[in-house]
Amino acid sequence: MAKIKGVIIVDKERCKGCDVCVSSCPFGVLELSTMVNSKGYNYSQMVNEDCIGCANCAVMCPDSCITVYRQKQE
Amino acid sequence: MAGLKVEIKKENLVYKRTELLTDNTMHYCPGCSHGTINKLVAEVVAELGIEESTIGITPVGCSAFAYNYIDIDWIQAAHGRACAVASAVKRLHPEKMVFTYQGDGDLAAIGTGESIHACNRGENITIIYVNNATYGMTGGQMSPTTLMGMKTTTSPQGRDSSLHGYPFKIADMVAHLDGVSYVTRQSVHTAAATRKAKKALKKAFEKSLANKGVSFIEFVATCSSGWKMSPVASNKWLEDNMLQAYPVGDLKDI
Amino acid sequence: MEEIKLMKGNEAVAIAAVRSGCDGYFGYPITPQSEILETLMAEKPWETTGMIVLQAESEVASINMVYGGASCGKRVMTSSSSPGISLMSEGLSYIAGAELPCVIVNVQRGGPGLGTIQPSQGDYFQAVKAAGHGDFDLIVLAPSSVQEMYDFVYDAFDLAFKYRNPVLILSDGAIGQMMEKVVIRPQTARKTNDEIIEECGSWAVTGKRGRTRNISTSVELDSVEQEKFNEKLQAKYKTIRETEVRFEEINCEDADFVIVAYGLCARISSKVMEMGREEGIKIGLLRPITLLPFPTERLNELSKRVKGFLVVEMNAGQMVQDVRLSVTTDVPVEHYGRMGGIIPAPSETFEALKRFINKLK
Repeated sequence: MAKIKGVIIVDKERCKGCDVCVSSCPFGVLELSTMVNSKGYNYSQMVNEDCIGCANCAVMCPDSCITVYRQKQE
Repeated sequence: MAGLKVEIKKENLVYKRTELLTDNTMHYCPGCSHGTINKLVAEVVAELGIEESTIGITPVGCSAFAYNYIDIDWIQAAHGRACAVASAVKRLHPEKMVFTYQGDGDLAAIGTGESIHACNRGENITIIYVNNATYGMTGGQMSPTTLMGMKTTTSPQGRDSSLHGYPFKIADMVAHLDGVSYVTRQSVHTAAATRKAKKALKKAFEKSLANKGVSFIEFVATCSSGWKMSPVASNKWLEDNMLQAYPVGDLKDI
Repeated sequence: MEEIKLMKGNEAVAIAAVRSGCDGYFGYPITPQSEILETLMAEKPWETTGMIVLQAESEVASINMVYGGASCGKRVMTSSSSPGISLMSEGLSYIAGAELPCVIVNVQRGGPGLGTIQPSQGDYFQAVKAAGHGDFDLIVLAPSSVQEMYDFVYDAFDLAFKYRNPVLILSDGAIGQMMEKVVIRPQTARKTNDEIIEECGSWAVTGKRGRTRNISTSVELDSVEQEKFNEKLQAKYKTIRETEVRFEEINCEDADFVIVAYGLCARISSKVMEMGREEGIKIGLLRPITLLPFPTERLNELSKRVKGFLVVEMNAGQMVQDVRLSVTTDVPVEHYGRMGGIIPAPSETFEALKRFINKLK
């Protein structure tokens, strides 16, 4: 069965750790890291492989720091 | 599904930061609606291919510095006067896309006169009105659109109508004016709402480009710093409270 | 052949705007200058030169429309009378702070407050000292005839674009309302958008085609940068003071006493000068044409050989302070003025001058 899989890339330095992307993800793919970027923000990151590339996180991101890729997996 | 990988290549790209946004880090607080709305403006201008013929007018307030983020020509206006500035710019450059970007303190308080009259004259501009019911930049004071009972630094006991009057529904007001062809209220507190809001913004710009009079788009927005909540809690509070006073949808479309 | 017309000072401003290739006028009615907007609306320049004329909802809107138009590199202007100019203060400061060219006309009336609709020069301080908040200077031209009302619109736009600075034409209700013959110049074509991009492309907001984006703004939150900008502005004002001073002198060569007056008061004072000369008193007249920059050096030179200056104004004594600041000698400087919309008659002014002279004996 074909399945859609997605992946996101977070621009960690641009991320302000607002958490909006985390709450917008329907599959709980994102969490804020315990690590911080150079500005001291806990940046967003993928914590599992359930991403379907819906881009909700990227659409919501106020700092436009998320890039989304999606691929049909046979 | 272990073992399956998404290849990072152009054909698989679903969403990326629009190139019309500059590399500057936005000064907005984490989670601020302005960031999302700035991005929508950049995306719409880029998708319409009008970046070389668009002139934006920023207000006084947090979004005064929107000119640092969207790579188009900008004019930074005095507090409340963006619509007067835009009126002149559009009349002198009728072939250009001219829009204002204003908050509630700017548009619905000090600039009510200029905003209403630009609407009444039917200027061929888009007015982007970001209503977060507070003065964000000055530190969370009450604005005309602050909700009843809402606590701010200048209504510490909560907004009381006997002292401060009522939440100002200026979008409803401008919808009555003959010079205005499109009035819509949108929000960016969920991904679905943001996608809808972008469509509405694009429509507003298209109407301005077709010289259909004023397009007025209100974004019901958060100010998590002013509201003293987390960004996520602010989005929830917006849905439960702001959208009751300022329900989303088209108010006028002719 | 010269084109000559009989017209009011206010009409002259309107016609000069059209003929000089102005792109936009934004204004709000107020006595005694409403004929400027009325004449422009009657002329319909949008059908001939393409000039935009818009009646705004207030003077606040007018000056911010000017800010918008000026940001685009267009030749734009507004006009008002005293209370309306007060409303424009904030906008003038923004225009100066963003270094934008524009022309403002103040056809002064008596104040304070709503005051009177009769002529006055009560806004001198406002024009040259306190046009708005922050450290900035306007360039201020003072016409004393209807012909100058016409000509100074051209001069004002030239100066505005030369220095990217707002230029104020400081007139009064009498010059605005009086009718005189005016030599009108042939139509100057408005600048095309391409010409504007060519001449003002480094700063004008025209859409960023073919270049990086332009931003018209007066905000700079970094104090170090803001002070640098302030220094740049002050350097510009210094250049203006060194190069743009204009004044007219009559009979100052042999004068014992010099009357200093501008605008309408200069015309009254030239009559006073004649009356004095008839009685054998050697009177001269110095008429500042630019009130800012002020003819400081010339006044100081004269102060080394005259016996006194009488400054005649339609106010409580404003320009007289600049005359006193200009002279480094101890030559007496006296003021004679009327207020409230009263125009001083030559006879009473001559009497005031004689009292001043007698006091010195």
